Amino acid sequence: MAEMDVSSGGGHKKGPGVKKGKKLSTRVDLTPMVDLGFLLITFFMYTTTMSKPKTMEINMPFKDENIKPEDESKIKASTALTILLSRDHRIYYYEGLGDDANNPPNVQVTYFKPKDGIRDVIINKNKKVNELKQQGALSASDKLTVLIKPDDNSTYNDLVNILDEMSINDVRIYAIVDITPVDKEFIQLTESANAGVQ
Amino acid sequence: MPKLKMPRKSTNVDMTAMCDVAFLLLTFFMLATKFKPDEPVTVVTPNSISDIPLPDNDIMLITVDPKGRIFFSVDNQNVREDIIRDVNEYKGLNLDENQVKSFKYGSSVGVPFNQLKSYLAMPGADQKEIDKTTAGIPVDTVADSELNELGAWIRIARNNNPKIRIAIKADNDATYPQVQKVIKTLEGWKIFKFNLITGLKAIPQGTAAYETSMGRGPKD
Repeated sequence: MAEMDVSSGGGHKKGPGVKKGKKLSTRVDLTPMVDLGFLLITFFMYTTTMSKPKTMEINMPFKDENIKPEDESKIKASTALTILLSRDHRIYYYEGLGDDANNPPNVQVTYFKPKDGIRDVIINKNKKVNELKQQGALSASDKLTVLIKPDDNSTYNDLVNILDEMSINDVRIYAIVDITPVDKEFIQLTESANAGVQ
Repeated sequence: MPKLKMPRKSTNVDMTAMCDVAFLLLTFFMLATKFKPDEPVTVVTPNSISDIPLPDNDIMLITVDPKGRIFFSVDNQNVREDIIRDVNEYKGLNLDENQVKSFKYGSSVGVPFNQLKSYLAMPGADQKEIDKTTAGIPVDTVADSELNELGAWIRIARNNNPKIRIAIKADNDATYPQVQKVIKTLEGWKIFKFNLITGLKAIPQGTAAYETSMGRGPKD
């Protein structure tokens, strides 16, 4: 199969003594060429990047020194959920903005997991906001607002995961915000309170 | 009665057709292929459910490796040449033509400006060695500070190609402050929209995004 076909193409001798150059067949064995072809195909298949990298688009809140504080959009505390990302993929969260010193928020801790994790927290909060809307406590245009505050011990993985949770749960309004010293204190307090439990 | 002699079939198979197919596929792959860009560091990106593909061209890629070192790259070679010439002028690096070419055809760079000349003068293999140990492009939270060399790269790249899109490719284990510096730098240059390169993961069932992807969910 893999040899060159050099047998004469069926030419019959004219007679004894008539010498004729052996007629070579024009057929060439293509096997090596096919081999080469497939080798190159394999090479290109391996080196090629068929699947293009996927990206996540992210819009940071617009910052401008010229915007006066009173023009900034305010978030209603009842629609807000603050999520603090911390070490070991831990997530601290509380409802509201946590800016009321007299009424410290109830900081709780959770993780990224499919059940009873941060996803359920977001879903429950969303339900709460919708209930408030039905009761008339919030206007129809109010939506759940998530503030994401990654601290210095969190990783990029946490950030992308939480942004992903936003798109998974269809949260339209969210922002990555710098962590405040108050929030860092919350984390520390919760950490020390949970130290005995965990 | 006609002859009933079965002709003996040759075992030789005609390879022409197979050859045709092989080369057709070969041609396809050769044309469709886009070589994986040479990356100085291995970066494992996090996964997300987002399936927006990265645009083909006009990309500025900022890579953050697990140790937080920053590498900078632009895909278009002509733009790369313009950028390195501007950098040369801006920083007074006195690069020669070979070093400009080295940048133009090279991949990501992750050295400070003051090491750029010696880095570009090296052959490719040595550059790879440097990439393993370099500290990355210096960055700071203040965008227009002298110390923020990433800011300078971004500014020059955007001057040369205003349409350029910015993609951040950071590793899972890069800490937030390291990524934050890059984001702050972008914000400093009034860039509020950029792309994070992620892997793809399946949308979890029963969630809002899952319902939407199935065409049942609320769409507004």
